[in-house]
Amino acid sequence: MPDSLEKHISIARLELANITKQYPGCLANDKVSLTLLPGEIHALLGENGAGKSTLVKTIYGVVAPDKGDILWNGKEVSIKSPSIARDLGIGMVFQHFSLFETLTVSQNIELCLSKLQLKNIGDLAQRISKLSADYGLDVDPHRYVHSLSIGERQRVEIMRCLVQSVKLLILDEPTSVLTPQEVSGLFGVLRTLSEQGCSILFISHKLHEVTEICHKATILRGGKVVDTCVPSEETPATIAKMMVGDLAEQDAGYSKQEGGHIVFNIHDLSLTTKQPFGTALKNINLSLKAGEILGIAGVAGNGQDELMAIISGEEERHVKASLELNGTPIGHLNAGERRKLGMAYVPEERLGRGAVPDMSLTENTLLTHSEGFVKNGLVQWNVLKDYANTLIDKYKVKCHGEFSEAKSLSGGNLQKFIMGREIGQNPKLLICAHPTWGVDVGAALAIHQALLELRNQGAAILLVSEDIDELFLLADRMAAVCDGYLSPLVKTEQTNIDQIGQWMAGTFINNTAPINSDTVEQGTKA
Amino acid sequence: MMHIQARTEPSSLMKVVSPLLAIALTLFFGSILFSVLGKDPLQALHVLLIAPLADSYNIGEMLVKMGPLLLCGVGLSLCYKANMWNIGAEGQLLAGALGGSAMALYFLNSESAFALPITLLAGIASGMIWAAIPTYLKLKFNSNLILTTIMFNYIALYLLIWAVHGPLRDPEGFGFPESALFSDTTLLPTLFEGSRIHLGILFALISGFIAWFILSKTHLGFQIRVFGADEPAAKYAGFNSKKLSWFVMLFAGALAGLAGVSETTGPIGQLVPNVSPGYGYSAIIVAYLGRLHPLGAIIASVFLAVLYMGGDLAQIEMGIPIAVVGMFQGVLLFFLLACDFFIRNSLTFTNKATN
Repeated sequence: MPDSLEKHISIARLELANITKQYPGCLANDKVSLTLLPGEIHALLGENGAGKSTLVKTIYGVVAPDKGDILWNGKEVSIKSPSIARDLGIGMVFQHFSLFETLTVSQNIELCLSKLQLKNIGDLAQRISKLSADYGLDVDPHRYVHSLSIGERQRVEIMRCLVQSVKLLILDEPTSVLTPQEVSGLFGVLRTLSEQGCSILFISHKLHEVTEICHKATILRGGKVVDTCVPSEETPATIAKMMVGDLAEQDAGYSKQEGGHIVFNIHDLSLTTKQPFGTALKNINLSLKAGEILGIAGVAGNGQDELMAIISGEEERHVKASLELNGTPIGHLNAGERRKLGMAYVPEERLGRGAVPDMSLTENTLLTHSEGFVKNGLVQWNVLKDYANTLIDKYKVKCHGEFSEAKSLSGGNLQKFIMGREIGQNPKLLICAHPTWGVDVGAALAIHQALLELRNQGAAILLVSEDIDELFLLADRMAAVCDGYLSPLVKTEQTNIDQIGQWMAGTFINNTAPINSDTVEQGTKA
Repeated sequence: MMHIQARTEPSSLMKVVSPLLAIALTLFFGSILFSVLGKDPLQALHVLLIAPLADSYNIGEMLVKMGPLLLCGVGLSLCYKANMWNIGAEGQLLAGALGGSAMALYFLNSESAFALPITLLAGIASGMIWAAIPTYLKLKFNSNLILTTIMFNYIALYLLIWAVHGPLRDPEGFGFPESALFSDTTLLPTLFEGSRIHLGILFALISGFIAWFILSKTHLGFQIRVFGADEPAAKYAGFNSKKLSWFVMLFAGALAGLAGVSETTGPIGQLVPNVSPGYGYSAIIVAYLGRLHPLGAIIASVFLAVLYMGGDLAQIEMGIPIAVVGMFQGVLLFFLLACDFFIRNSLTFTNKATN
């Protein structure tokens, strides 16, 4: 791969010189310099809070740097807004897509084009089809977005940038939502783009992907560039070392455990969907034992959210006898009552659901953990503050103090805090969604260790994740969801990534339920 | 091209300054208005804002008006904190006045020491009932609270008018639509000799502190704040949204009812058709001007009370129509919401995309 680069080298596509950005109480970028050649795929690595987002936002015109120069094709530019960035030829695909589900692909793309651009393009659908064929994107301009899988939606976002003749494409953790098969598809597209001379700035936490596809990598720590390297000459372990400073224990596998008595039971759970694009749950059976981690794999939007909501009690429809915690039916209880019976929950969305953005960490501790902190209806704020500080210390949450607002924490640090808060309640059952999504290597390790410790204490843990590697690492038993069906449960040692991958695509459905041709077709495509 | 962009970090200083900025803008706008009306703006503003605080009589009258504004404002602050858009303080106030007056008339010839407390409780209960109906409708049928509470304002008003024309009319009142004068046993005692300042203002201040205590010290208050700040988080934590809705609505209804009965058993002394010059509506501005903070509402209610007083004085001394007060309030709320909007968002101007 690196040798194909040599052809393009002339002037750098983008050059950052000494970019510095100071936020109150935090130097987000400290004299960051970076050079990006035409056609180069460049990885931006670093732990959460290392300054990656700030740097990328600077390039895309969302954040104005305090100091430093940006050179675009050798000329100094000042990128004051995303629209200027787009005019220069910089496109960005965010982690969370901004597509209208009720519109078609071509309508969605049309929305972000100016009248002049539209006039120049002429027939937009035709242009999309042509680009789609050129780059192997496989995007049909006439399909409605709600019928697209996550991977396809991401390709629509990339297409949106391509239509605007992008010269630099920024991708923020593009693979975190994809199945293994979709990831290799995306890499194919990126390689084609690179060969055509488009530069790519790639933010990721998955180091083996970086070594696989990137020509160069810049590693940030504490806002500074600490190292650059050619990933193909490194291993994930050596890159991880550069990121966290010292070699964190990158354990290849933890010991598996056989569960004890059954703690939690779901039988014959079926539930229609309330939202137009939700997934109905179909005949789900599952039992979870004390002292085990049960991992559920699946591509986003296949019923995980619905399943979590019905287990946590946020879904208010009563499912009579379908749910049992330690032999007690809980299907009619609300989320608060289930917590009192020993359930804890780490939701997928950290900010806005797992934590109130505008409230301090102390207040956010009280959000789910009130036992021992409320006397006669009065909050014991002093006791609570001490406890919040204990959590911060124990889980190494980087923040100014217990008074810090939840929104001021980086995603990984907030996740460590929420995880600590839920584990601190000594739950009998912990349900946990995407515990390390967007979390850096160091924090992910801490979260994994905390989960295993809780398991070893005898708690039952239900782990829903899109990260297959993580599931194989942690789970004692595994299953997959597809289109609201749950696959059989197997011991992790007795399965492999291929089988789970196929289950994620729905191959098990034929055996356990009436055939739904539409589902199977969509599933296998994904 | 003009774009509205959300600010990433709204300035915390501006959140506090915004009410002051809104007041300044309102005064500026008022000056222009008075000039157009041919009045000296400086004199008008003086009469409107300074004169009400110029002597002890005026201050006393200002406090009389502040009582119901604060009682209603405190209740509304709590409702709005919990995202319950109760616009019905006016109706709850009128219901309190009506229920309390009926009880006061029942005690017309009584010497009992319990007459006044029972009268006040009747007013509080009436206000709570008036708040309970829309709350029930919202929780049971998901009806729009804003609409139902507004409708209940009108129902309360016409119920009250019907009562003073019918069952509660003073039989010896020569047919005027007024109740009999209440007996001294059911009148709120005044706090100072020779002024009309009555217990109501104390009730209001105490209610402000109670609400502050609930919000900042109790688990219930914490749940209310979470509910208002981040509903998905409240749901995730498993807070009982129905219980919280009932609490804030009944609390607000009770305070508004107390405001109503305090008016009829306080400065008015009987039930008349125009118990309130729109205190329940102005209380919405009190709540927002006070940043939905019960203690902030105290300061805000002083300002609104001054404006009410000043409006009266401006009418008497300068012939400025009383409608100016309503307009001032409207403009104030407008600027307040506008300032808040610009704290959270910014306007950016960009040239039309060049290519």
